Amino acid sequence: MNSVIFRSSTHVLLPFMLTLSVVVLLRGHNEPGGGFVGGLLAASAFALHAMAFGHRSARERLRVDPRVLIGVGLLIASASGLPALVMGQEYLEGLWLSMTPPGFTEPLKIGTPLAFDIGVYLLVLGAAFLMIVSLEEYRHDADAVG
Amino acid sequence: MTLASLAILILTAALAPALCRISRRFGNLLVAAVPLGVGCWFASASGVVLGGQPVVETWSWLPALGLDLAFRVDGLALTFALLICFIGSGVLLYASSYLAASPRLGSFMGVLMAFMAAMLGLVLTDNLLLLFVFWELTSITSFLLIGFEHERERARWASVQALLTTGLGGLALLAGVVLLGIAGGTWTLSELDAARVLSSDLYTPIAVLVLLGAFTKSAIFPFHYWLPNAMEAPSPVSALLHSATMVKAGVYLIARLHPTMAGPPLWNESLAIFGGVTMVLGAFLATRQDQLKKILAYSTVSSLGTLVLLLGLGAAKAAATYLLAHAIFKGCLFLVAGSLTKSSGEKNPERLGGLLTRSPLLGGAAVFAALSMAGMFPLIGFVGKELMLKAGLSHPEWATLATIGVAVSGTLTVMAALIVGARPFLLAPAHDVEVNWKSQPGWRQLATPLALSAAGIIAGLAPALFAEPIVAGMVASIAPTPVDPEIRLRWLELLWPPSTATFLSIAALAVGTALFVWRRPYRAVTAPVEHLDRIGPARGYDAALAGLTSLAGWQTRVVQNGSLQIYVRVMLLTVIGVVGLALSRSLDWAAITGLATQTTVLEVMLVLALVVATLSSTVQKTALATVACLSGVGFILAILFALYGAPDLAMTQFSVETLLLIIFVLVLFHLPRYRDLSKRAFRILDIGLAGVFGLTLALFVAAVLSSDAPGSVAAYHAENSVPGGYGRNVVNVILVDFRAMDTLGEIFVIGVAGIGVYTMLRLRAKPEAEGAS
Repeated sequence: MNSVIFRSSTHVLLPFMLTLSVVVLLRGHNEPGGGFVGGLLAASAFALHAMAFGHRSARERLRVDPRVLIGVGLLIASASGLPALVMGQEYLEGLWLSMTPPGFTEPLKIGTPLAFDIGVYLLVLGAAFLMIVSLEEYRHDADAVG
Repeated sequence: MTLASLAILILTAALAPALCRISRRFGNLLVAAVPLGVGCWFASASGVVLGGQPVVETWSWLPALGLDLAFRVDGLALTFALLICFIGSGVLLYASSYLAASPRLGSFMGVLMAFMAAMLGLVLTDNLLLLFVFWELTSITSFLLIGFEHERERARWASVQALLTTGLGGLALLAGVVLLGIAGGTWTLSELDAARVLSSDLYTPIAVLVLLGAFTKSAIFPFHYWLPNAMEAPSPVSALLHSATMVKAGVYLIARLHPTMAGPPLWNESLAIFGGVTMVLGAFLATRQDQLKKILAYSTVSSLGTLVLLLGLGAAKAAATYLLAHAIFKGCLFLVAGSLTKSSGEKNPERLGGLLTRSPLLGGAAVFAALSMAGMFPLIGFVGKELMLKAGLSHPEWATLATIGVAVSGTLTVMAALIVGARPFLLAPAHDVEVNWKSQPGWRQLATPLALSAAGIIAGLAPALFAEPIVAGMVASIAPTPVDPEIRLRWLELLWPPSTATFLSIAALAVGTALFVWRRPYRAVTAPVEHLDRIGPARGYDAALAGLTSLAGWQTRVVQNGSLQIYVRVMLLTVIGVVGLALSRSLDWAAITGLATQTTVLEVMLVLALVVATLSSTVQKTALATVACLSGVGFILAILFALYGAPDLAMTQFSVETLLLIIFVLVLFHLPRYRDLSKRAFRILDIGLAGVFGLTLALFVAAVLSSDAPGSVAAYHAENSVPGGYGRNVVNVILVDFRAMDTLGEIFVIGVAGIGVYTMLRLRAKPEAEGAS
């Protein structure tokens, strides 16, 4: 799209939306959010960029091949279940580490479900982005062919 | 120990391509040395095992399904393990030279190793289900190996044929194994109770299904056709899979289940009849071939038939001895055949000759292996043949028929052995033939045939060294009742004092040699048999395959007719039918009307907007407007979700609607404008269908809302979210912790869908672009 307003606002919105998607991902365990919504939000951000600047630019902004994101996401999500297996629990059962650094009132928790959610985030982003970009590319190819 | 040995082989299989890439010379040797080490490991346990103490090992895997990693090494399993490891190691060594020029040598070694692991698992396991798993794995690795030279159409065709034939048998075996487990009350092979299985109603189906599996795998008539075609595989594969080990899996299975299943005529007579027919047919067809490997392949078919026949006759000792002898001499001859073709470029033994002087070592190995195959004393093959004839002669019912069969196939085997072993080496080349001996086989190609040939000689001359204990161990596992542990395989005792078997054996040698000398007239006389090919079982395979394809085509045209309207109608009707049936049984009108009183003004307004958006989507003139209306429906739904306290759902719905809108717009670009294609009557019908569908679902939701679900799942999750999942967002805890396995499956589907869209668009975009340029 060749609108200056749209392009300029996309410049502002892309980092904002991506930050938001990560916030949504991270807070998902206690507040509304999670990897799935986060991934969709991030994909919408890149879709916005693709509409404003074209799919090539969007691919460059993503930096990694979306197919790689799908694979890595699936790998992280499925590997996050392995520690529990090693510890003698069921596959994918959550394991948590909890600690309270100085200056914090509430303990910080980190666990395998977070890794699982990150895997979901990456995969959803990759899959949605791949669909949009390939449709966009197909359209351009069709244009080129006439 | 057994699980560890499997793990080592699998690990080596995975590493083989890398090892061979790092060092072409030593990587191969290292890979070949691994099964040798594993084989020595098994050999070191042979004292205990053959002494009557099986090595047992059990690891729990899926106890709920009765599937344990249970292994049990007894005499029969040990013999197979030794054959797999030692012959396998030798074949790997041979392959490293035979396929030295191939860029895919590393992956070849890897797949061959994977096959060995599968085969080893098959013979070592003590669990019926695991046996099936390994059985299928050998079929798959065999498929990969037959089609190794996949650039050739013939190799691809042969590998598919082998896979389909053995795969069909595998399915039968699965059913048979499950029934056997039910009838026997256990999934553990060694605990199967023969009396219980024999008296079970399921005995007949079990026997038929198991034999179907075994017969397809071991190329028993009428499934013998795939094995000669499998000779498209490189020679090392033929030597290991299609003579020494994999094709014997069927024989192994029969032998393994013999103590449980033997007795009823269905089992023993089927074995004897199909085995006997295969034995004679294979031997006859072998003498009619003009390619080295085809001759060996048909003679292997004959040998497999012989083994099945012997098991049917209850001659465990003869079967065990012949199994050992056959693995040794046939493995050797396949490798020799490979080297002959490699060095001379010639497949037809009639176009070779005088090669003993060119390569005395290869010739020596070939001649002694061929003599063992022919049944010449003092080699182990002689002992096997004598015991076979004795078993035939001493059978109470089928003595005449069995003896004639064994004698005839023995005679023809002598002829085949001489064509393969003697013609290229001992006789001068035909006068119009010039043998072009391009390259001398190196030590890697010579070591294994020599070792196997020597093993045949040693087993004959000094049977006490390894042949007798091994055969005794096998007999102890096969025979339904304990037998005399003393097994003697002394060739001199069989030869002197002479018996009927001795005379028959010598007659077979003499007649077989005579047929070899006069093979030209013999072939002319037997030529009319070729016409039988037109009605043979191989034709049945082709016809069945063609029939299957056209059936699938017809079925697809009917079910997947390509009309989206029909798909949607079928889906809607199905839901209406299923949900309607459930509703008609348990609809509580009073509770549903009670719900209506609880609505608020905001809800009513949202629902009205929903209805308007939905209705307007059906009357739009352009696709874009329709999509916009549908998006409106989605966003209103999201607001409803937020209103009902499901912020997660609302958020997700908003994001999904946004993305869907974008995707729709991208897709719409390719769609044609709306046109009225359906008839008026159909449209009215569709309106009715949609109305009924909507009503059904509305009633369904109302019924769900108005009923109290017993033992609410929601309450459990809400209570356990913080203590069990350390999270206050119950929805998220369910997704990533309580039901993480489901989520894993779902994201897998999403990933596949993404890649699917990408692939379809790519595949379609390319030809158009090329066509234009």
